[in-house]
Amino acid sequence: MAVYKQKEVRPAPASTKGAIHWLKDNLFSTPLNVAMTVVSLAFLFWVIPPFIQWAYTDANFAGTTRADCSGDGACWVFIKMKLDMFMYGFYPSEEIWRLNLSFFLFFGLVAIFKWSKNIKIKFAAFNIYLLIATILFIGGIFGLEFVPTDKWGGLMLTIAVAAVGIICSFPIGIIVAFGRASELPIIRSVCITYVEFIRGVPLITILFMSSIILPLFFPEGMTFDKLLRALIGITLFQAAYVAEIIRGGLQSIPKGQYEAADAVGLSYWQKMLLVILPQALKVAIPNLVGAFISLFQDTTLVLIIGLFDLLAMVRITAADSSWLGMETEGYVFVTIVFWAFCYGMSRYSISLEKRFDTNLK
Amino acid sequence: MMKALRNQKVRGILFQLLTVIGLVAFLWYIGANTVANIEQRGIKTGFEFLEGTAGFGIDESPIAYSESDTHGRVFLVGLSNTLIIGFVGIVLSTILGLIIGVLRLSNNWLVRKLAAAYIDIFRNIPILLQILFWYNVVLKSLPSPRQSLEFIGGIFINNRGLYIPQPELNITTISVILSFLLVFVIIFFVNRWAKKRQEETGQDFPVLLVALGLFVILPILAYVFSGANFNFEYPALKGFNFSGGKAISPEFLALTFALTIYTATFIAEAVRSGIEAVSKGQKEAAASLALSNYQALKLVILPQAIRIAIPPTINQYLNLVKNSSLATAIGYPEIVTVFAGTSLNQVGQAIEIIAITMLVYLTISLVVSAILNWFNHKMKIKER
Amino acid sequence: MTKFVKLSIAALALVGMSATAGTLEDTKKQGFVKCGIDGGLPGFSEVVSGGVYKGIDVDGCRAIAAAVLGDASKVKYVSLNAKERLAALQSGEIDVLVRNTTWTQTRDTSLGLNFAGVNYYDGQGFMVRKDLGVKSAKELAGASVCIQTGTTTELNVADYFRANGMEYKAVAYDTNDQVVQSYENGRCDVLTSDASQLYGLRTKLKDKENHIVLPEIISKEPLGPVVRQGDDAWFNIVKWTFNAMVAAEEAGITSENADAMLKSDNPTVKRILGVEGKMGANLGLNADFAYQIVKQVGNYGEVFERNVGVNTPLNIERGLNALWTKGGLQYSPPFR
Repeated sequence: MAVYKQKEVRPAPASTKGAIHWLKDNLFSTPLNVAMTVVSLAFLFWVIPPFIQWAYTDANFAGTTRADCSGDGACWVFIKMKLDMFMYGFYPSEEIWRLNLSFFLFFGLVAIFKWSKNIKIKFAAFNIYLLIATILFIGGIFGLEFVPTDKWGGLMLTIAVAAVGIICSFPIGIIVAFGRASELPIIRSVCITYVEFIRGVPLITILFMSSIILPLFFPEGMTFDKLLRALIGITLFQAAYVAEIIRGGLQSIPKGQYEAADAVGLSYWQKMLLVILPQALKVAIPNLVGAFISLFQDTTLVLIIGLFDLLAMVRITAADSSWLGMETEGYVFVTIVFWAFCYGMSRYSISLEKRFDTNLK
Repeated sequence: MMKALRNQKVRGILFQLLTVIGLVAFLWYIGANTVANIEQRGIKTGFEFLEGTAGFGIDESPIAYSESDTHGRVFLVGLSNTLIIGFVGIVLSTILGLIIGVLRLSNNWLVRKLAAAYIDIFRNIPILLQILFWYNVVLKSLPSPRQSLEFIGGIFINNRGLYIPQPELNITTISVILSFLLVFVIIFFVNRWAKKRQEETGQDFPVLLVALGLFVILPILAYVFSGANFNFEYPALKGFNFSGGKAISPEFLALTFALTIYTATFIAEAVRSGIEAVSKGQKEAAASLALSNYQALKLVILPQAIRIAIPPTINQYLNLVKNSSLATAIGYPEIVTVFAGTSLNQVGQAIEIIAITMLVYLTISLVVSAILNWFNHKMKIKER
Repeated sequence: MTKFVKLSIAALALVGMSATAGTLEDTKKQGFVKCGIDGGLPGFSEVVSGGVYKGIDVDGCRAIAAAVLGDASKVKYVSLNAKERLAALQSGEIDVLVRNTTWTQTRDTSLGLNFAGVNYYDGQGFMVRKDLGVKSAKELAGASVCIQTGTTTELNVADYFRANGMEYKAVAYDTNDQVVQSYENGRCDVLTSDASQLYGLRTKLKDKENHIVLPEIISKEPLGPVVRQGDDAWFNIVKWTFNAMVAAEEAGITSENADAMLKSDNPTVKRILGVEGKMGANLGLNADFAYQIVKQVGNYGEVFERNVGVNTPLNIERGLNALWTKGGLQYSPPFR
């Protein structure tokens, strides 16, 4: 009869839950980790408290003039007083309601997009909105006062430039992408040349070209508005990037889809528009949003050719003799605005990526 | 006739013919207008302006330049400054991007989150805004030359830039530089030998340790045996400003800083996605073959991660070079600032100058895509 | 495809099409003068609240509008930086450039432009911080100099330093705002520009009193309105608009007494105001064009004093810009 000796009871496995263990696992697991944690904490301590002190604790919020700022922290009074300039540029103050109205109508458009499932209604609503917004921005009909584009500025100009760039570059980009994927050698090489040329040069040289050289291309007397010239440059630039992304989408469509469309007897345009493009766009959407984020960032470049976008507004308002020395506040404000827009869009693109994640392979 | 139109081939040719006609007509139209406009406005044409005297000064130039030099020389100054900022930016952003990308995957929660925050913050702020911020806001807070901040070793920083001691180009300096080059050559051959030996005998050779050792030892030896005399030229306050030593302008600093920080966020993401893309099975397979952590990283994970990470990284290099053109906002004398800016202004021949400038960037981008294609070809998984 | 067509139509709608009949007819037809200005230069052209422009250059644009259209407010201002200004005029984006542009031989001949006169005689100077202790430009050897690029300024400065055997470091930017900001941040020791601009830019500095303008004037900078070559009728209009302002000052006509002066017996005054002679018709304008200028904008002296004179923040003496009868250079050929 075998004699069994009772083994000692093993202790229960160490708890892997609770704050302490979390800390140990995630922050202090090895000496190297401890060191990195300490360095990170020191960095945070070095950066965050002084910033909060400058931006909030010592900052001035109340008042209307420079004299209301104590000078220790940030002078947010400057932003408050110049907010109209930052938002609307030199847009006549009695017409600003038009910009605000188009802004609020945008939410209406978003609501229609959420509520309606019918693509035709969405498309119609989108076009109607564009028409209304354009009329509201420019004016000149329906008794609205005409506001020349040299009065445009600030965030409103930034958004207008980005929106026109996005909307106009999209159809051109699709056509160029089709051309690049086409089997016709001349059309293909024209499209390749266009895309590679634009992608090979910096936007600023294209803007220089559209602002200085473009007028030479047309007969005397036919002049383009300064803003329109910038828009042409930006659209041509963006279209090349959109084309490249859509081409990527087209390439990911299995050959069977093309063959199937051909087999059903669809024409080239039916095949491309009804079968291939919808699938390609689905694949391309996250990258397209990425391209639009860079376009939104690139709109700041128009300040180099003398348009007054949001960033240029900081430079103008900081040169105002009654608000000298406020560029730090201005830059911080503009940074926050741009960051919020771009970060929001990039989050949106990630959520789209998840939503459209239909594995095609 | 209608039958011919329905033929796909005929239609294709017709369509292309129309495109060509349209394109030629358009080019002819703008060409004719341009010629007429140029003639009417009395604008000069041709490239003779490149031989004309520039007449203006340029603050920093890697090649000899004076006011009496030509616009052609200005072009070279701009081009070399573009290449310098591109090179420095690429090196620094690669280093920073690699570090951030790896930290992004660290098992330390705080470090991981900080790296993620860094990426989220800086890639969402327009690069031009960052350049202007570093230039205008940070420059403002630096002291004037007479109150310069001094660091150990004769380094000064003030609102005119960064001043560092410059070694004299004597035998010591040259031998130390040569010794570094020598280390690279040695490592190259040692690596080849080690690989061969490993394949033949299976024995491993600690290349990394040897390389690090060589990097320390050889330059020290070179320094000691060549006289141990760098003969530093120290910057000193003279007149309005510091002279002597190597001066790095605030424009260059701001531009490099902004480009590095911005581009590094994209490189970090490329590195991260490269490493994450290596499937878990590969790591487990490596572990089950009893490879050490280091071996698994070097032999299994990195070769696969690099294949994924390098193409987007090279694209970012190209973007960095293109973004360096934004220097024109803060006056760093690269090609867009001095050539497509100042020279264009003095000469007024916009078409020629902008064409040349675009050609420079096109050449750079063609070279880069050639490298990229070569790399993709070389890195293609060889299926046997 | 239809979308593309729609887009091109929309684009064309924004394009200002006009026949090449002549600038005068075009201007009358469109109802405003397309005038290029700086837009950020105190005293010359700057935005005061609500997007309204003000300054000596702006008044030049207004005078042309008053002469051509009878209404000084009918101006479309296009603010241009130094780099784009000449191209904008050449391309027809603007019809006249009144943006403190220096009259040089090259610009007047090879660039296809015509200078129609001088509305401000200027010269390039230097501004430095008082605490540098510099009293003369000759002491600036080794200094860093902030310059706006695309101007004659950077050539003059190079010539000056070279002629005096001094080294310098050029720090060039393409907007005046960045030049001022960098000078303020201490990026350079010296700010150089036309002397008139220095006074204007000084008002943009935080501690104005601590900066001085050095006595040396190193160049001749006659600033004036510019038009395209090839349209002599328009060239004459611009030229005589500015002459009319000088002539009006010489004849003692001001915006206040212009109406009373209509009844004057002085034949010169009568000819200027269009009561007698065909001065307006010669230019293809209404007979009262000069009256409209003086009435709505003022004579040269009024414009000067209102925008840059001793009672403005710029505080500039008439100096070279006094009438020739008072020791200055402002001189109008006779209205006859």
